[in-house]
Amino acid sequence: MLIAVILGFIFALLVPFFSRFFKKAIPFIFPILPISLFIYFVGFLGEIKSAAHQLYRYEWVPSIGVDLSFRLDGLSLLFALMITGIGALVFVYTANYLKDHEYLDRFYGYLSMFMASMLGVVLSDNLMTMFIFWELTSISSYFLIGFNNNDPASRKSALTALSITGFGGLAMLSGIVILQSVGGSYSFTELLNSSEVIKSSSSYGWIIALLFIGAFTKSAQFPFHFWLPGAMKAPTPVSTYLHSATMVKAGIYLLARFTPLLGDTFWWNGTLVTVGAITMVYAAIHSVFRVDLKSILAYSTISALGILVFLIGIGTEKALLGAGIFILAHALYKAALFLITGIIDHETGSRDVSKLAGLQQVMMPVAIAGFIAALSSAGVPFLLGFISKEVMYEATLDLGQWAIILTVLLVLTKVGILVAGFWAGIKPFIGNLPSEFNKAHLPSPLLWFPPLLLGVLSLGFGIFPSLMTESLIQPVFSSMSGADTVIQLKLWHGFNLVLLLSVLTLVTGGLLYWFLIPSEARFQKTLRYESISPQNIIEGGSNLFGHFARIWTKFFQNGYLRNYVITILAFLTLLMSFRLFGGVNIHLDWDQISPVSSYEIIVVVLMIISILFAITTNSRTVAIVALGVVGFANCLFFVFYSAPDLAMTQFSIDTLTVLLFMLVLLKLPKNRSFSSKGMKIRDAVLSLLFGVLIAILTLEVFEEPSSSEISKYYADNAYILAKGRNVVNVILVDYRGFDTMVETVVLVIAAVGVYSLMKLDLNPSKKDS
Amino acid sequence: MKSLIFKTASTYLLPLLLLFSIFILLRGHYLPGGGFVGGLMASIAFLIHSFAFGLKETQHIIRINPGFLMPIGLVLAVGAAVAPFFIGAPVLKGLWFEEQFRFIGIVGSALFFDVGVYLVVIGATLTIMFSITDTV
Amino acid sequence: MEILLIIIIGLLHAGGLYMLLRRSMFKMIIGLIFLGNGANLLIFLLGRLVKGKPPVMEDGMKVFTDIYADPVPQALVLTAIVIGFGLQSFAIILIKRVYKVLQTDDLDELNSTDEEI
Repeated sequence: MLIAVILGFIFALLVPFFSRFFKKAIPFIFPILPISLFIYFVGFLGEIKSAAHQLYRYEWVPSIGVDLSFRLDGLSLLFALMITGIGALVFVYTANYLKDHEYLDRFYGYLSMFMASMLGVVLSDNLMTMFIFWELTSISSYFLIGFNNNDPASRKSALTALSITGFGGLAMLSGIVILQSVGGSYSFTELLNSSEVIKSSSSYGWIIALLFIGAFTKSAQFPFHFWLPGAMKAPTPVSTYLHSATMVKAGIYLLARFTPLLGDTFWWNGTLVTVGAITMVYAAIHSVFRVDLKSILAYSTISALGILVFLIGIGTEKALLGAGIFILAHALYKAALFLITGIIDHETGSRDVSKLAGLQQVMMPVAIAGFIAALSSAGVPFLLGFISKEVMYEATLDLGQWAIILTVLLVLTKVGILVAGFWAGIKPFIGNLPSEFNKAHLPSPLLWFPPLLLGVLSLGFGIFPSLMTESLIQPVFSSMSGADTVIQLKLWHGFNLVLLLSVLTLVTGGLLYWFLIPSEARFQKTLRYESISPQNIIEGGSNLFGHFARIWTKFFQNGYLRNYVITILAFLTLLMSFRLFGGVNIHLDWDQISPVSSYEIIVVVLMIISILFAITTNSRTVAIVALGVVGFANCLFFVFYSAPDLAMTQFSIDTLTVLLFMLVLLKLPKNRSFSSKGMKIRDAVLSLLFGVLIAILTLEVFEEPSSSEISKYYADNAYILAKGRNVVNVILVDYRGFDTMVETVVLVIAAVGVYSLMKLDLNPSKKDS
Repeated sequence: MKSLIFKTASTYLLPLLLLFSIFILLRGHYLPGGGFVGGLMASIAFLIHSFAFGLKETQHIIRINPGFLMPIGLVLAVGAAVAPFFIGAPVLKGLWFEEQFRFIGIVGSALFFDVGVYLVVIGATLTIMFSITDTV
Repeated sequence: MEILLIIIIGLLHAGGLYMLLRRSMFKMIIGLIFLGNGANLLIFLLGRLVKGKPPVMEDGMKVFTDIYADPVPQALVLTAIVIGFGLQSFAIILIKRVYKVLQTDDLDELNSTDEEI
């Protein structure tokens, strides 16, 4: 199982290294991967029927409870089959669709990476592992949407998709962490046992809110839906695979997966029904205003995802069953429609539904596939879409007081989806072939076979629902609802309200399709409302944020060193004074203070005078001399207070510094007074405050009784251990020898720096460039 | 600055100061002094000489480029630090010769370490000062 | 005496900061040196002032018999002085170099970022 999941990653990793050796063979090698995985997962159909679920565990990070454990039950098997099955078709299709594309190998690499991460999402039992795979799908989706990386629009869409889904992913991560802290485990299977505890805990609201954000962003629910139409910038195989059949269903998977754990509460059902209903109606209406085929399909996909959320939100057994079937039905027909759109685009170079017509004359097999897919999406009898629609209507009609309004919303959505499906699957093929598309011809079977196969499957499952009822739908239903009701799917329910609704949907949709001619003008009209769309609001928000960041940065990072210093020190001063005014008692212990003798006073006065001189003078020489005096006065303090080593060092250093200054700085231009008086006063006030604070701080520290254990140890053992009598030197060369060694290295670095600065020939003309 | 008095004085000052700096270095373990101060003294000695006679002359006296003193000093210091390692003691442990030397007292790894510091300080300071004087 | 030293420490910090905020690079370095001196004195002071008792044993003794000044701050300050010298000389050379290349001592003329150059 582990190998099955990570095989895709291995493939993706190998691509850059080996692709150049058999570039020609790539289209034949890569589809082997999903096909064999598909066969592998088909083999589980029989086992899952008998056992509730299977667990596979591999240790990964046991210390924080994260392991690679995989759970195979009906729900994950359905998704795994969809991922590998549609994956196989897409892999085959791509071989021809992107034939001779420069980066075909790269594309396959991304696709296999995506497939592997998607498998990881649906199979993981450990929620942390699932989150990692979840983010990997976002990342691979980013690469795939931005595959045409020369196109700015493509890059922007990729970034939008990544930011939205990434944001959702982070929310989900927090949700998972809270869930773990409440439920005590990252393992979904173990959490199932503590379902009641979690539902009654006070963090339940947070958990579901955060998980919802994750699911809604991924599955393009209102108001996060807008990244999906943008993602249609990707090559069609990607739209087929990621943005209709699999990745966007990850959110649905998440909700379905958590239904037995967190579901069946007021907030859970209420939120999902509301959001799902808004999304499905909103997107269904949107889809009939579009003219670009991919755009129409994108909105119809959002609408379908809305239906799924809506059904999971209703949460009755019927509704969950409907959701289960609809996941499959939708994947089959929508993938087919996308693939067909890709073929049309590929052959005619146009995706404008108002222009396309009559293509069945040149590409019959594609047209057949299109018809089947369109009819399945419409829910015409004998197709899988019909069965799913019947179950859905049954589910909403059972709801008592809410039945009417929810059913009406569902019918409305279904009508929109029908129109969208007809436009994509039927409209381009019937009528007269316009002369501009004369050159179009039937593409290679590698392109038209996949959608046709999908169509045949829709038809097969539609006519013989028993093919899948027991083997697939029953386990899916059990793992979603947790109930073990035996389900029956029938093609014919007799004359009842449900059938009436179906007919109503078909008729309304048919009429709408007949009278509503897609036109560019109507699409333009909708653009008027763009400014209040969620996309604009969220983008505006993020722009505002960027703008704010720029202003902020400009304000603080203004390139003036002293402004940085002022900012930092003003803040420090403020902070310290706040602390100091917060009640500091300074008791000076006058016994501790040593008496002052006359020569000390002379040195102190000398020092103060020279500091003031150095600050106020405009002459460099005076400043340097004053600096020297300060240094020597410092040196005298060291002499007075028993630090002969320090005094000697300070003396030598001071001599050297003054010499250095004299050598270098006298050659500089005349000192000018740059600052205005106001600035000087401001700086002076800040500096004085800073000085006062440092003084108070020193006083405060000085008050603390000093602990001299270290000094005592060093001094007591100076001779005994290190055979030295000058403790300072012993510390330097023995106790802390390593520090001294590093210090000498610092000195060497400074010397090398100076040497290279002086000897390096900086070309003076560079400053002009 | 090339007055006769200064020149004459610095001719004598150089050996005296150098001697003094070595004295400071060696007594560092027992009395105030040590590698840092000694090194700085020696640098000042050379610097004074270079003021009096010019850079060329001083460089001629030193013979080697002072920059080379830095790696030599570093090697000495590091060598003194890791030497105990080879006889099985922890790095930087002080090792001592059994017998006392005349004038210097007991000699140990700490002294070599200090000599290393001394050389590095001379090397670094002179490199800095000379490269400045050179291009002024 | 400690009080006087504390005042000097405060003054060194204040003066150092004031000089650091000037536009001339020369003054900036003076500020840097003042700050360094102030910090050195501060650390030294925190080791307490002891008059005439350096942390050096008398000849022939193996342990201290009298009180002595705290050697740890002294060792710290000694290191700081030498490192400070390295820093100062590097900074001084840097100004010289900048002046040679750009013909200015004014920090405000150096505030363009790499991007703009």
